[in-house]
Amino acid sequence: MKILVPVKRVLDANVAVRVKPDGSGVDLANLKMSMNPFDEIALEEAVRLKEAGVASDVVAVSIGPAQAQDTLRSALAMGADTAILVLTDQPVEPLAVARLLAVLVEREAPDLVIMGKQAIDDDSNQTAQMLSALVGWPQATFASKVEVSEAVVTVTREVDGGLETLELDLPAVISADLRLNTPRYASLPNVMKAKKKPLEQIEASELGIDLTPLLKILETRAPEARKPGSTVESVADLVERLKTEARVI
Amino acid sequence: MSTLVLAEHDNARLNPATLRAISAASALGAPIHILVAGEGCDAVAAEAASISGVEKVLVANGAALAHGLAEPLGELIVSVAEPYRHIAAAATSFGKNVLPRVAALLGVMQVSDISAVVSDTIFERPIYAGGAIQKVEATGEKIVLTVRAPAFEMAATGEATAPIETVAFTPSSPARTRFVGKERAAGKGPDLASARIVVSGGRALGSAENFEALLTPLAETLGAAIGASRAAVDAGYAPNDWQVGQTGKVVQPDLYIAIGISGAIQHLAGMKNARVIVAIDKDPDAAIFGVADYGLVADIFEAVPELTKALS
Ligand SMILES: Cc1cc2nc3c(=O)[nH]c(=O)nc-3n(C[C@H](O)[C@H](O)[C@H](O)COP(=O)(O)OP(=O)(O)OC[C@H]3O[C@@H](n4cnc5c(N)ncnc54)[C@H](O)[C@@H]3O)c2cc1C
Ligand SMILES: Nc1ncnc2c1ncn2[C@@H]1O[C@H](COP(=O)(O)O)[C@@H](O)[C@H]1O
Repeated sequence: MKILVPVKRVLDANVAVRVKPDGSGVDLANLKMSMNPFDEIALEEAVRLKEAGVASDVVAVSIGPAQAQDTLRSALAMGADTAILVLTDQPVEPLAVARLLAVLVEREAPDLVIMGKQAIDDDSNQTAQMLSALVGWPQATFASKVEVSEAVVTVTREVDGGLETLELDLPAVISADLRLNTPRYASLPNVMKAKKKPLEQIEASELGIDLTPLLKILETRAPEARKPGSTVESVADLVERLKTEARVI
Repeated sequence: MSTLVLAEHDNARLNPATLRAISAASALGAPIHILVAGEGCDAVAAEAASISGVEKVLVANGAALAHGLAEPLGELIVSVAEPYRHIAAAATSFGKNVLPRVAALLGVMQVSDISAVVSDTIFERPIYAGGAIQKVEATGEKIVLTVRAPAFEMAATGEATAPIETVAFTPSSPARTRFVGKERAAGKGPDLASARIVVSGGRALGSAENFEALLTPLAETLGAAIGASRAAVDAGYAPNDWQVGQTGKVVQPDLYIAIGISGAIQHLAGMKNARVIVAIDKDPDAAIFGVADYGLVADIFEAVPELTKALS
């Protein structure tokens, strides 16, 4: 069985975002970029399915600039077998990403697509659902447990109010939540090996998908700061202030 | 053209997040229809008909719709989408699961998690875990929105009686996704997403036993819901759906008490719009103090029992 794992290159989760003063966007110059954390989880799950003998092939895909090669090399070091980079320098919206992925799904014919539930830059949380709708495959988002048996995958989902379990016929699309697994660190030998694994590059324009954005970003601004608070000296002081000053209790 | 809002419910009761999505929809200025899809959900339809601002209720009943699965719901919404300019739902795990499918099938982008309606085509939404706010204009013929529910008031219910119309729906193909079951997280107190007071615990609690022993009495005393940081949930101190943050729940209570939570941006994303924030942490440099109205530098194992006692 073959698993396709889309991975996005994003600003590292530990780096504080800075908004450009002119409101034109966020400043990414010279900042550390990493694989989207949810995509690491998705990839880890795919690699574990391979190690368990369930999957035979794990293909990582990224849509983005040439630097996304680094993201794909990390994916290869974590255990992906091959990688595909769909090259484009412009930002690509989730719908266009889903359409590009649909073309690759057709070409690669995977049995399962496991992706992140959300890219932590735009926080869209759309692409997996869109891909599922476009290719007409069953979907299970926000997965915290995945079990494959024969032609069926059973997925436990993190939903409001608890956990939901679904059974999907393969092929299917799954999006990973935080507690699906803890991704491994790639060992040095695996980082070295990854350099020799195949990484195919395709120009996005060759896939015949219109990448023109449908949402116009008018402005990006910093959120309003909260007014500075104060330090209380004791529990008694805190209770007093909550009662008389803030009047919330 | 009108606006269609997808109702969220458990076939018995409407989720209050839907009332907030209705408020956001009201700001668009067009008549609002609400779609109640489920099985045996007539009581929900009646409740929906009583929301002020709702002009019509559409009800679709059927076994395929019983568990809120995304595939039949997406297909249903697309089948009724024609007269609507906007299609919206609350950005809960339910709304996030369904609406992007609708957008994809209609060939438009979804505007996710809107926190403000600027005009009927322009919206604000947080990105980078709330580290920035983006103002976006939707250019498509149809506009699909998920609504950051706590950012909007609840629409009133009770007075109105909108007409209820039945919609026929049969899925075009046999289901390839089957509902197996749902395990409900045991929660006794008020609902986290809509509680007036939230008491949240972090990694500092150290164990599920401590989490329960320290937070439950305080929450009960205050009539508060309990939340948690990701670290606390990952460590098994609290169920997953208590997680507050970028990838958990967004809450906007009158009072949020953070207990042993350092204040990572991903956590702040879910609570920094609370009216009053209290933080208790032993590290005076913890980032949580940067957003707290009242900061108490103390050991939680001493301060929290003392606080509970002082309040009861
Ligand atoms: C993709 C991604 C998504 C994420 N999503 C979320 C999310 O939705 N929600 C979320 O919460 N996090 C999220 N995180 C994790 C986030 O980055 C932090 O790791 C997490 O919030 C830390 O939890 P914490 O504050 O409980 O733990 P810590 O950061 O370890 O903080 C514990 C605090 O307790 C204090 N402390 C310890 N002992 C005591 C004591 N006895 N008395 C008083 N104080 C004490 C310490 O001083 C410290 O400030 C996400 C991370 C990533 C990468
Ligand atoms: N440019 C991209 N390249 C590869 N995968 C992507 C890209 N954008 C989004 N994805 C995938 O879609 C998931 C959800 O992203 P989003 O819908 O943007 O929040 C991510 O976790 C990735 O798995």
